[in-house]
Amino acid sequence: MKIKRWVAISAVVAAGAMVLAGCSAGASPTPTSTSSTAVITVNGSEPQNPLIPTNTNETGGGKITDNIFAGLVYYKADGSPVNDVAESIKTTDAQNYTIKIKPGLKFTNGEAVTAKSFVDAWQYGALFSNKQLNSYFFESIQGFSYDKDSPLTGLKVVDSTTFTVALVDKEADFPLRLGYTAFMPLPAVAFKDMTAFGASPIGNGPYKIKSPTAWQHNVKIDLVVNPAYTGPRKPKNGGLSIIFYATEDAAYAELQSGSLDVLDSVPNTDLANYTTDFPGRTVNQPAAIFQSFTIPSNLAHFTGAEGKLRRQAISMAVNRDQITKVIFQGTRTPATDFTSPVIAGYSKNLPGSGVLKYNPTEAKKAWAAADAISPWTGSFQIAYNADGGHQAWVDAVTNSIKNTLGIDSSGAPYPTFAQFRTVITNRTIKTAFRTGWQADYPALFNFLGPLYATKAGSNDGDYSSAAFDALLKQGQAQTDVASANKLFQKAQGVLLADLPVVPLWYSNVTGAYGKTVSNVKFGWNSVPIYTDISKG
Amino acid sequence: MVWYILRRLLQLIPVFFGATLLIYFMVFALPGDPIAALAGDRGLNPAVIAQLRAHYHLDQPFIIQYLIYLRGIFTGDLGTSFSGQPVSQILAATFPVTLRLTILAVIIESAAGILIGLVSGLRKGKLFDASALVVSLIMISIPIFVIAFVSQFIFGIKLAWAPPTVSEGAPWGDLILPAFVLATVSFAYIVRLTRASVIENLSEDFVRTATAKGLSRRRVIRVHILRNSMIPVVTYIGTDFGTLIVGATVTEGIFNVPGVGRTLYQAIIRGEAPTVVSFVTVMVIIYVVFNLLIDLLYGLLDPRIRYAK
Repeated sequence: MKIKRWVAISAVVAAGAMVLAGCSAGASPTPTSTSSTAVITVNGSEPQNPLIPTNTNETGGGKITDNIFAGLVYYKADGSPVNDVAESIKTTDAQNYTIKIKPGLKFTNGEAVTAKSFVDAWQYGALFSNKQLNSYFFESIQGFSYDKDSPLTGLKVVDSTTFTVALVDKEADFPLRLGYTAFMPLPAVAFKDMTAFGASPIGNGPYKIKSPTAWQHNVKIDLVVNPAYTGPRKPKNGGLSIIFYATEDAAYAELQSGSLDVLDSVPNTDLANYTTDFPGRTVNQPAAIFQSFTIPSNLAHFTGAEGKLRRQAISMAVNRDQITKVIFQGTRTPATDFTSPVIAGYSKNLPGSGVLKYNPTEAKKAWAAADAISPWTGSFQIAYNADGGHQAWVDAVTNSIKNTLGIDSSGAPYPTFAQFRTVITNRTIKTAFRTGWQADYPALFNFLGPLYATKAGSNDGDYSSAAFDALLKQGQAQTDVASANKLFQKAQGVLLADLPVVPLWYSNVTGAYGKTVSNVKFGWNSVPIYTDISKG
Repeated sequence: MVWYILRRLLQLIPVFFGATLLIYFMVFALPGDPIAALAGDRGLNPAVIAQLRAHYHLDQPFIIQYLIYLRGIFTGDLGTSFSGQPVSQILAATFPVTLRLTILAVIIESAAGILIGLVSGLRKGKLFDASALVVSLIMISIPIFVIAFVSQFIFGIKLAWAPPTVSEGAPWGDLILPAFVLATVSFAYIVRLTRASVIENLSEDFVRTATAKGLSRRRVIRVHILRNSMIPVVTYIGTDFGTLIVGATVTEGIFNVPGVGRTLYQAIIRGEAPTVVSFVTVMVIIYVVFNLLIDLLYGLLDPRIRYAK
């Protein structure tokens, strides 16, 4: 039920008094078409940027571009990549890739999808003066520059269906990236007038926009099946109508009334009741989002042998099961590693992962051992931004630490995210602080390299470990994902011993769907796999 | 009269400059960098950020940004949103929707409010009057979002009399429920205003005279009481029209009405100065024009009111 009971009761009173004499608007009859041509109605939000793949970095636009474009690969629900436009992606050294695409594919305007369609699109996306939000995705290709116009010299067209990519360094997970929005091909017409193209894009994906004016700003966008698409994502429905909602609550109300088919984020206020509102038709599964708190490497009492013990003690003092159940109503999954369950290579029982389990006795023991090295003084604080709804869990975590270890522990709020990030970036913060990471593409390395490699861009705690760096490098030099992942798991063993951050949990995606649709599955990136949904 | 109108219209010019300058400054002073927000949690390369800032003139000092915006207005270019849509197009798409919603709400609140207020006033102290007062008190004290959620739940989901949110194109039928919600609070005020005004006029000399002349009660009420009681009510409805156009943000959000309030809210969140300033400026102008119209209406209602040159 949408509204808490007491509100509903006072509502009946108010409604009776409201003299709302007969407001009849004629309830719209539920369309019950039972063929595979039925259109699925789903929730979305107004894209923040024009619909250009290399400039789409948020879910509102990504939901659309991912369905009207087909990249070299696409991701199955478990995050594993499957060739879409690509015929093969080969490498012998994890640095030079030869990519062959399937012949005979076409954009919806009839233009052929060739090697050039990819190379030109990537060149456009990477060029400095084009100021594309996703340009950093091309940074590992030779020739990329962040501060001047410089063509990607690493891209070469061999023939109409083959091109080669030369990377700056060995990167085993490069093929895993190729399903991301930024790597989509573009037809030649796009480069003539990118602004016009961004308003009504021409793609090669399972769907296409219904008409050049299908994007009704702030209202919705209509997609229909692209008959020219012959790839593995052939839609099992007649199209998508993506409605832009101002609030999650409005979308939830529409789902309850039956005019919305699939909702991919349940509003917080309905988490307590959504499973009873839509019995058997809900989704609650981990997303590619990893939550933790970072203990900076130079924090007093948290360095050397003493630091290792204290970090372990604190990690074992956090009752993750209870907090995820009570505070988050089961919409978080307790962490067992540094990645996410939707990524191939995720592991439940890495050697040393015992430190991620609540264990008050061991925690006290470790803390006492650390006190023997140097006695503890002061308070253990976790900083957070107060504008993001973090207070409840930070308080719960610090209480758990306080009660288990018998030390003073509390949250340290900063008013806004901007202020919070500023003190972290300029390293003036003198406490632990909350950190989170959402993967751009389903690869283990994406959860490790940018966060914990020495001097990496998002290594906010300045962690540095030669053993960890070496394992990462070794992993990136592999030519197949499975053997690379083994090394990345080994690298996580180093992290579990050092605990540069204390893993907490993975965020879940919560969704619900109507009676008329079936086969609703959510992808690794928390977006439903629309092409597989059938209606009727 | 013509001079009066002209003078009032001329006042629009300083109001326009003052409002745009003030609003532009406020958007400028908003904490947080819109480009950083555009980049999300991950952050962008500083060089890309600098380039985007230059593109939207965000690297210029405040007054230059404002002058660039003003130059745009006088050349018919209100700027574009981050998603590449011209602001003039957004204005044209959203204002008619909100205007329709507001018109519906004003019709509902004034028709119901004046009628109930009049009956209440005429039967002062009776059961009808007492219950009208209680109901209006309840409506004034319940926050609008509670009324909105509750009526969405009851009429939109449980009874399915109306769609819970407004569908594309915002047809009149879909707007009835949000209009009722929007009308509730003002309805209560109109009831109370009309009632007080009617009671006051009932004891006026001219009413007694009219009754003594032998006019029918119906005519006394219609011509002598109601018309004279309308002056404060019309003032209220007029300002309310402006307030509703500007302030329907909450209701528009809950019922997903693609109107002014919702769009403006999103633009503020994203820090899109051109959209925010253009919207608010149009709102200010609407407000001023409506105030003028109300002032002119007084003359029609009460022949004693005359506007000097």
